Amino acid sequence: MLETIPLPLDEVVAVAKEHFDGGWRLVTMTAVDTGEAGFEIFYHYDKDLVMKHYRLSIPKETVVPSISPVYFAALLVENEIRDQFGICFSDIVLDFGGALYLEAEVRAMPFCKVSVAQKQS
Amino acid sequence: MARTILPFGPQHPVLPEPLHLKLTIENEIVVEALPTLGYVHRGLEKLCEVRDFNQMVQIVERVCGICSCLHALCYCEGIEEIMGIEVPRRAKYLRTIWGELHRVHSHLLWLGLFADAFGFESLFMQFWRVRERIMDIMEATCGNRVVVSVNVVGGVRRDLSPEQCQWIEQQLIISEKEIRQLQTTILNDYTVKKRCCGKGVLTKEQAYQLGAVGPMLRGSGWAQDARQTGYAAFGELGFEPIVEYDGDSYARCAVRFRETLQSFDIVRLAIARMPAGETAATVDSGSDDDTPTTITGNRGNIIQSYNRDKHHHITAAPPPNLDIPAGALAAKVKGKPDGEAVTRVEQPRGELMYYLKGDGSKHMDRVRIRTPTFANIPPLLAMLPGCELADVPVIVLSIDPCISCTER
Repeated sequence: MLETIPLPLDEVVAVAKEHFDGGWRLVTMTAVDTGEAGFEIFYHYDKDLVMKHYRLSIPKETVVPSISPVYFAALLVENEIRDQFGICFSDIVLDFGGALYLEAEVRAMPFCKVSVAQKQS
Repeated sequence: MARTILPFGPQHPVLPEPLHLKLTIENEIVVEALPTLGYVHRGLEKLCEVRDFNQMVQIVERVCGICSCLHALCYCEGIEEIMGIEVPRRAKYLRTIWGELHRVHSHLLWLGLFADAFGFESLFMQFWRVRERIMDIMEATCGNRVVVSVNVVGGVRRDLSPEQCQWIEQQLIISEKEIRQLQTTILNDYTVKKRCCGKGVLTKEQAYQLGAVGPMLRGSGWAQDARQTGYAAFGELGFEPIVEYDGDSYARCAVRFRETLQSFDIVRLAIARMPAGETAATVDSGSDDDTPTTITGNRGNIIQSYNRDKHHHITAAPPPNLDIPAGALAAKVKGKPDGEAVTRVEQPRGELMYYLKGDGSKHMDRVRIRTPTFANIPPLLAMLPGCELADVPVIVLSIDPCISCTER
């Protein structure tokens, strides 16, 4: 079974920086719609083929600080999550504004169990 | 100097798949590259909410035809971890054999396309000619050439008889000989080196920090490969990754060429060490409303399919026409996955990761697929600035882009 480490919202960037400095590679991030509870975002890090998984639990409409200034590779993942789940990230280094996959006028989030209105970050 | 924004793709002679890059060029030199995705997005991850977890095996195989077997393998290993299924050792070896054959045909496909990218069309055809023999092995042993559908939750749905193993080894000997004949051309030819050496350099530090995977990572000097984690039968085969150090397009080409030959060795070793036994686990978790998933096949159709083309080029013995032992095609898995798992395998393009979450129903709550090309796009964006416009096709192709995988 998957072992995860709880991650508070205000420590997202600090934990990313700590791992970057420690030589960890960002594998990816995963968003999960947990219904009324909100969203979970997993941060998967790897070093020497050992993985660490952080679990961030947030209510819907929370703006999450982007880790793309630390890990450039996070920009695509964060843009994808915004397209699919409507979760906004602040300070993405390259922000597609919810139009990486979708057309700009789309407002329904295709991967959410219940659609939420997209907010501007 | 005035800057010009040039569209590269999504339809481009060198790109088989629709990757679109907005290239900002200044005096024929690229100064910035921005990606545009979404031309072929299919939302396959979302399908897990309406398809049975067993049906999802067939869906994840269709994320990408070229590495379908490895998608299914990664997914099945995740479900097996959640459900606590012990896969028979023979099934693990069979998964390894078909997975490595997929790597061979993917690398040969790429080597051909890469040669074509800098105008070496005869070399392109030579690599694809060899690849056909690998596709023949797939067809003869699985019934399909590309989407082979051999993996199921709990094991594999087909077996290999000793005669088939012997025939595969014969085919590998011929294929390896033919590939080695192309080695001098792909790795030492003046034109190839002129177009590849020093082009699209990704330093060792950049490769790691930008999250590169697969031959891109190993071409920049990192000895990291998901096969080292020991999935399928790799834990018993003593695997060592192929590494090059220059970080340029030539290094990535050399990694893939050497990995092709390495995969032949892995297949031969797996055949030699493959134990006897079951090919799939039968699991019954006690739920009473699900009917077992039973998969059957018809060996006769496979041979008929193989022989239907009279112009089929066969330079070695044809595949043995054998009946598969009773029960080898059947796999029964019954239950409802409840829990989370993360699994990784090494696709031809690099590390593939699945996050799976089951909620105790027959559907998965979430299936997240992180494909290698998705990971390799940020490094590509870092590699392109500074290169000449004429080198863009070679550099883009050197990451072995698979947009079908990327957009899922």
